[in-house]
Amino acid sequence: MAESTPPASNRLSLALATCWRIFSDPAFAGAVARLRSGEALPGTPAPAPSRLHAAAPDAALQLLGLLQQEGRFIDFLEEDVAAYSDAEVGAATRVVHEGCRKALRQHFAIEAVRSEPEGTRVTLAEGFDASAVRLTGNVVGRAPFAGSLTHRGWRVTETRLPKVAAGHDLSILAPAEVEL
Amino acid sequence: MTEARYAVGIDLGTTHCALSYVDLASGKDDEVAQAMLRLPQLTAPGAVEELHLLPSFLYLPHPDEFAAGDLVLPWSSQPGMIVGEMARSVGAQTPIRLVSSAKSWLCHPGVDRRAAILPAAAPEDEVARLSPYDASVCYLRHLHDAWNHAHPNDDLAAQEVVVTVPASFDPAARELTAEAAKAVGFDRLVLLEEPQAALYSWIHESRGDWRNHVRVGDVILVIDVGGGTTDLSLIAVTEREGSLELTRVAVGDHILLGGDNMDLALAHVVKNKLAAEGKTLDHWQVQALTHGCRHAKEALLADVTVDAVPIVVPSRGSRLIGGSIRTELTRDEVARTLIDGFFPEVAVGARPAARSRGALTRLGLPYAQDPAVTRHLAAFLGAQAGAVDDLPGFEPRHGGSFLQPTAVLFNGGVFKAGVLAERVLKVLNDWLATDGAPPVRVLAGADLDLAVARGAAYYGHVRRGGGVRIRGGTARAYYVGVESAMPAVPGLEPPIQALCLAPFGMEEGTEAGVPPQEFGLVVGEPVRFRFFGSAVRRDDPVGVLLDDWSPGELDELEEIEATLPADSRMPGDVVPVRLRASVTEVGTLRLEAIPRSGSEHWKVELNVRSATAQ
Repeated sequence: MAESTPPASNRLSLALATCWRIFSDPAFAGAVARLRSGEALPGTPAPAPSRLHAAAPDAALQLLGLLQQEGRFIDFLEEDVAAYSDAEVGAATRVVHEGCRKALRQHFAIEAVRSEPEGTRVTLAEGFDASAVRLTGNVVGRAPFAGSLTHRGWRVTETRLPKVAAGHDLSILAPAEVEL
Repeated sequence: MTEARYAVGIDLGTTHCALSYVDLASGKDDEVAQAMLRLPQLTAPGAVEELHLLPSFLYLPHPDEFAAGDLVLPWSSQPGMIVGEMARSVGAQTPIRLVSSAKSWLCHPGVDRRAAILPAAAPEDEVARLSPYDASVCYLRHLHDAWNHAHPNDDLAAQEVVVTVPASFDPAARELTAEAAKAVGFDRLVLLEEPQAALYSWIHESRGDWRNHVRVGDVILVIDVGGGTTDLSLIAVTEREGSLELTRVAVGDHILLGGDNMDLALAHVVKNKLAAEGKTLDHWQVQALTHGCRHAKEALLADVTVDAVPIVVPSRGSRLIGGSIRTELTRDEVARTLIDGFFPEVAVGARPAARSRGALTRLGLPYAQDPAVTRHLAAFLGAQAGAVDDLPGFEPRHGGSFLQPTAVLFNGGVFKAGVLAERVLKVLNDWLATDGAPPVRVLAGADLDLAVARGAAYYGHVRRGGGVRIRGGTARAYYVGVESAMPAVPGLEPPIQALCLAPFGMEEGTEAGVPPQEFGLVVGEPVRFRFFGSAVRRDDPVGVLLDDWSPGELDELEEIEATLPADSRMPGDVVPVRLRASVTEVGTLRLEAIPRSGSEHWKVELNVRSATAQ
């Protein structure tokens, strides 16, 4: 079997030879045409559908932009907090907290996964949703599981992100400002 | 024309617009289903969100200011201007391109409301300008497009549309609002006064229970303090053929005083405090401070146990922690500035102070000179002391110095702060107590932000026979100035008489009689008349000629103008005409000049300067 990526020096002769055979061998020409149009070669197994997919960056960029716009989120995280006293950091936090909270509440409806107060004993019946409730500690035995609620969890019930204009550059989280 | 499917109410506010609608087929009387339209608008470059409120701000962008395609709306790829939330936020940093409070300019007696004068701060020749009228058209067009986008099969122009106006709007501002709505295509249009809309909303929200909350003899005072204006109305509860009826008996003056003034006042208090510490703020930081003060104010007014709320003025650059200025707003400052500054405890005899303006005032909005809402309220109730004397079911008051309301309906975002509503109630009840009258009841339950739009939509339903209607007609009588015949005296203006053209309380779709006095109009030349309105003279019949009146009884409005076209006459001829007033079905005042002979008549322009700009 030929190597899958021939070096540049070999590719010229390969191109010339292929060119001639396309003229002389109709079956070969058909195979090249299929190759060019992106069809899988006969005998090459189709790749198995991936079980992982990359999250589209658009919504993430949009959210970062909103948090920066409303709550100066990126400014805050990109600044060196070590140089300032707790009181100074605390004062700036009010801007971040107020703004980010506004952005969050405006664009998401968020509720606790479990409505019980933290610390109460809860029982999880068989077939509970393992993505909504995580078991920790002495995880043995079978359902129903009884344990203490350490964190209520958060769940988004509605997402209301702004619609984005086609062609809008979301990677600009905050434009540079120039005052004239 | 197709049958309307919805009644649509549009609140065209000074600071916010909203649109509510009722499905006309959905139910009977008090039980109709109602919804708010979510209004798509730009909130940042390239981002469109659907919000219940459309801020009444217009931004006129520079061609290089935003990337191509960043100003796209669902129904338009190249809007020439920005309307709504993004206009407000961008305009805060570039005020020379921002049109705000256009509605207050629409009611400004000293400017041509069709002339391109906004933004008022824009440098000459650099920024394209709009007229106050154009701004109204823009907001209405945005609402129209938003509706048609959401209801592609039910064009808004084919629905029953109710647009609200302040009760205090003058006839010219009403007419311009109606014209703006017609320009957008609303043919089935009526105007409704905002305080009435608020009361309609309260009636609707009560689901029929309102009849148990009011009784014959009640006088409901509607106090509407919005972002930019304060609007007052009195509505009496009467009875006809055994059922309750509502009559709007009086409206207040146009007062440019609202929540924005209050936030600005707080920001100034804090700014001065910072200045005393040697920290000065630039324009941008004052904006941010005003924003911070609004939040701090809300926190302080909502929770009486909090004594001070910190405010942080963020730096403008990317250094957030290093460049921010920290201060706080205290309960004492809020009490002093807001409660005592805007709602002081005053006697019922108090009147708003009027500072005399300097001779060279810059042309701007005629903001209220006295910030005390309670003093404006005292003046209103004092002027209207006899407003209900002639109504059936009302005992004549024994010489009271002011009209005594028995119930109060609050409206406008300012009253989300319960403390302010309580202060108004306390002041009002103190006045009533000194006259030995019982305290007022509060009509609760209306949404302070959305009541006007909701009430307007409900009114569209009521107009089709679906429930109780508020009657009242025009809230003013109108007069034209007549120079009395007397020998000329050097240095003395001939005294002027006022001829009543339209009596108080003319209903929509009615016509007043024609007074016998004739005026000479020169063919082909515009002729101007002085024009007056009175909110207190409710008994003058058409044709009555007033020789003198006490101050405050008649307000001079903008001049009106009649032009006779030279169609079949010789230019320069003098044609004797009489003037006739009518109120259109839409709810606007109409004046016509009628010649002695023939069946022609010509419209008399209320908004004068537009007529000269031919």
